[in-house]
Amino acid sequence: MQNSAPVTDDLHHQPAVKRAPATRKAAGRAIVAVASLGFLLVLLVQILHTTDTTAAGFSDWRPILVAYLIWAVAFAIAQVLIRGERGQRALFLLPAVFFTIAVVIFPTIFGIYIASLDWNLSSVEGPRFSGFGNLVGMLNDTYYWNALGNMIFYAVAVLGEYAIAFGLALLLSAEIRARKFFRVVFLLPIMLSPVAVSWMIGKSLLEYRFGPAATLARYLGWENPAFFASPWMARLSIQAMDAWVSIPFIMIILLAGLQAMPREVQEAAKVDGANGWQSFWHVTFPIMLPVSITVLIIRIIFKLKLADIVINVTAGGPGGATDTVSSFIYRVYRDRSNVGYGTALAMVYLVLIILLLTLLLRLSKRWTQRVV
Amino acid sequence: MSISTSALKPVRRHPAAPRAKRLLGRVLIYAALLFWTFICLFPIYWTVTTSFKSAVDVTQAHLIPWVDFQPDWKGWRSLGLSPDTLFGISTARAEFTNRFVNSIITSVGASLLALILGSLAAYGLSRFRYKFAWMRNDDILFFFMSQLILPPVVLALPFLVLYKALALLDTRLGLILLYTLSVLPIVIWIMRDQFNAIPIELDEAAFVDGLSTWGAFLRIILPLAVPGMVAAFILSLVLCWNEYFFAALLTSTDAKTLPVMVASQTGSQGINWWSMAALSTAAIAPLVLVGIFLERYIVSGLTTGAGK
Repeated sequence: MQNSAPVTDDLHHQPAVKRAPATRKAAGRAIVAVASLGFLLVLLVQILHTTDTTAAGFSDWRPILVAYLIWAVAFAIAQVLIRGERGQRALFLLPAVFFTIAVVIFPTIFGIYIASLDWNLSSVEGPRFSGFGNLVGMLNDTYYWNALGNMIFYAVAVLGEYAIAFGLALLLSAEIRARKFFRVVFLLPIMLSPVAVSWMIGKSLLEYRFGPAATLARYLGWENPAFFASPWMARLSIQAMDAWVSIPFIMIILLAGLQAMPREVQEAAKVDGANGWQSFWHVTFPIMLPVSITVLIIRIIFKLKLADIVINVTAGGPGGATDTVSSFIYRVYRDRSNVGYGTALAMVYLVLIILLLTLLLRLSKRWTQRVV
Repeated sequence: MSISTSALKPVRRHPAAPRAKRLLGRVLIYAALLFWTFICLFPIYWTVTTSFKSAVDVTQAHLIPWVDFQPDWKGWRSLGLSPDTLFGISTARAEFTNRFVNSIITSVGASLLALILGSLAAYGLSRFRYKFAWMRNDDILFFFMSQLILPPVVLALPFLVLYKALALLDTRLGLILLYTLSVLPIVIWIMRDQFNAIPIELDEAAFVDGLSTWGAFLRIILPLAVPGMVAAFILSLVLCWNEYFFAALLTSTDAKTLPVMVASQTGSQGINWWSMAALSTAAIAPLVLVGIFLERYIVSGLTTGAGK
């Protein structure tokens, strides 16, 4: 090892690194060639077998997975042989890259293909190509648009979660006793499984007849405490449950931001005679703005995946009022087993999410620049 | 008063009147803290106590054991986990144990796999400069992180079709692969931060001592990165343990996990309160323990990169 600090040398101008000898390079290339050929051969055999052209083949596609794995290992070994030290460094990244290609990139591309099919998994007919048929169906699907509308409500509700979480973070960063106890307790909800929470809160605490929350509501004068009967009440109840689970996440990140804030800033505000509210609004809040925007964006990303609680408590009801896009697609699949249509809906949703996030990132960049 | 006028007057510390105000402030702070403690703990308390209630106690909303109801092992008996049934034969317990083991295997397996893949990639990204076509280190990191925005529904149905072809439906391996992909970005994020915090001089010293790139990583750097690895591991464990969406779609009998079991019970036999409560308690108990005893790892994992 004669090269010095790993980061200081650029991989593209490496003068002193020992070059792999020509024979090793040739061996490496040969390995890649053989492995690729073998992989393609297995693939070809299986494709011919599935299309009933030849009898030889495997009963399922699992050997293809094994072949891919072998190919990836061979490729990695060849990198070391061909490129020496640089190959060894590539070895750190390659496993994650190959894994991601296999389980994210490939399924996503495959999903785009499925989205163009009319494919009912439970029928014997098999897939039928329908082009943009699914998209046309989507345009007329009022339930899908309704679910998208609900997502706007759920995403905006993140602001409410943020406000509560900021309050809690401020409480925890105040001079209090038993800070550790409160922090552990406030963090607990995030650990619980949303499915268990659906039962614990949605189906038992908020139960109409004898759930404690309903009893309390009756005591406070609400005659008919049905938490999931009217659309808005149901939406709010679902949102409240999701907030219960996720507020700790926002809180703990804001708390970290508050603790990283220099003490002098607060002291200076106090010396200047600012009262509590003023020092929060003019000092703490602006300093926390970058952290706040980051945590809000992360939280919105997670919110857009909301499904478990809705599926388990209301199954989208009443009348689709609480549906999220994910829970709706889940139901579409459960009821109609149409993978093509479901995937098409999901793909459109993904495109919308990417557009929204690009917009949010742009806006947040401009916003933080103007304030700071 | 505004800031400009107050600068003219000398600032008096704690005069008589604000003292009462200060006391009031303290009372309000603790009241708010206790209120939120109640909000956080009551659902857990309710679930745990309900698992010891009989039907009458549930309908009459009895809350405090031994005071207004007599605790009974009813809920736990239905799972085969009460003292009198614990050593007998119980199909309910066999099913529960099976789901519990499935949950442990899938979440530990996926967290380990994600930790291995993620740590390697994070070390590479923190120490070396890569160029993959047009992609530099930052682009590669963004490529990994961007998978976080992918909602599970986008992958769920393609995976259903693919897993059917690969004979991976309803297998633990299939779930492990999916869970790994969902926590991998988080692991890479935490581990990259961890490796960046380890001074590069240590790598250099290792090279001087004659260690190779991999030798330096495995023998010098990795042992120092254990705190980050523990944080990443525990956080992924929690996320995988709680995962429901993929498990509900891709498992049916063999590889069912605990959340799927909890969810299926609510649907079928009406509301069997005590057994549901016992099941929920059993499902959340491991995580409540993790939350209490390993809280600082969760916090350090969650707050990676915050405040910068």
